Amino acid sequence: MKSHVTTTINGDPVEFLCEPAQTLLQVLRNDLGMTGTKEGCGSGDCGACSVIFDGELVCACLVLGVEAEGAEIETVEGVAAHDQLHVIQEKFLEHAALQCGICTPGLIISTKALLEENPSPTEAEARYYLAGNLCRCTGYDKIIKAVMDAAATMRQGA
Amino acid sequence: MVALTYHAPESVEEAVQLLSTASQPVKVLSGGTDLIIQMQSLIQDERWVVDVKKIPGMRSADWRADHLRLGPSMSCAQFTKRQDIKAVFPGLVEAAYLIGSTQVQGRASIGGNLCNASPAADTIPALIANNALCLVQGINGTRRVSVADFVTGVGKHCMSSDELLIAIEVPKPAARTMDAYLRFIPRTEMDIAVAGAAVSVTLDDNGVCTAARVVIGAVAPTAILVPSAADALIGTKLDDDALLAAAAASSEAASPITDRRGTVEFRRHVVGVLTKRAAKIAATRAGAVQ
Repeated sequence: MKSHVTTTINGDPVEFLCEPAQTLLQVLRNDLGMTGTKEGCGSGDCGACSVIFDGELVCACLVLGVEAEGAEIETVEGVAAHDQLHVIQEKFLEHAALQCGICTPGLIISTKALLEENPSPTEAEARYYLAGNLCRCTGYDKIIKAVMDAAATMRQGA
Repeated sequence: MVALTYHAPESVEEAVQLLSTASQPVKVLSGGTDLIIQMQSLIQDERWVVDVKKIPGMRSADWRADHLRLGPSMSCAQFTKRQDIKAVFPGLVEAAYLIGSTQVQGRASIGGNLCNASPAADTIPALIANNALCLVQGINGTRRVSVADFVTGVGKHCMSSDELLIAIEVPKPAARTMDAYLRFIPRTEMDIAVAGAAVSVTLDDNGVCTAARVVIGAVAPTAILVPSAADALIGTKLDDDALLAAAAASSEAASPITDRRGTVEFRRHVVGVLTKRAAKIAATRAGAVQ
């Protein structure tokens, strides 16, 4: 039997029906058409499906859709303000911190969570925080450069 | 994946009632980082899932007269941010901080780590080193079980299917008592313990160790308390000879297996090294002069 779930995604009230066995990732992608959040491993190892769930960074593949009842969720679709890219997104482009792009939405949202928690991370802190976001293309160096540059830019803007 | 019937009770009584009347095999859902993966491998099966996170107190931690009362479903992310807890149980916080990635810590809980009962669980040795107790609620009332007795085998614990872990109680330590937890993994992050050691030591005003608990993990079906390693530390100032004796006792007590993460010989050796190093860190935290 499907469950009725009322939740908030990127500030907007959202209602959906889902089977209790569906993960939040499946609901986002297949039922709500929010395909910005990617499926990599589907087992919580790669971070491609990272979303912010009630203020905590989580893998959407390790949360059931029904657990979203009453929750506040932030996905990559909510990072840019309409057509104005977020500083983190601009810096990922500027530093060419992506190649195939599958890990990028997860890294963008994880970087947002990192910088909300710690606006001045050291490189080591950034690398540890983002260790759950796997990238098989870049070798991470460009990603870390983008993250550190975004942090510095956001501190100046604050 | 399985066909699930989802329940989200809002009281312990309601949860225990659901567990005791379930018409299908029932699983308690805490953070879900282990459970959701385990359920994905089941095909054409039916399960009741009882999500306990809406029950008051399950996701918070507060200090009582003589102990820390820890809600079993509090996320590791919330737990490790608590400076008041870190000041008293730094080793337990370290253990929670080592579980999975930032994302996994956002959901995973200490109660879940305990009930999943993996031999390599990081928080279990640290809980046992701190004499933690499990408060278990059944249909006929509550009972307390030490964490050391709670886990009975690989993936097994002492609760029946109609019982619920409603709190973990960590006794406030004596003066100058501190803990530490170390594990070995071949990478620096995102891995499962090959061996682990949690140590709690109490020092007197002269820096002599008056009490100790040494617990080793990932080297037996369950985490094991090693009294002989503690005895090697008690009565000493944790000098090199005492640390080496404790290390040897831990290596002796270990009964590891060989798997792709490490061999018997390697695990036996490394668990001794970790014991020695964790004891030294705990002693430094308790104010020992190096």
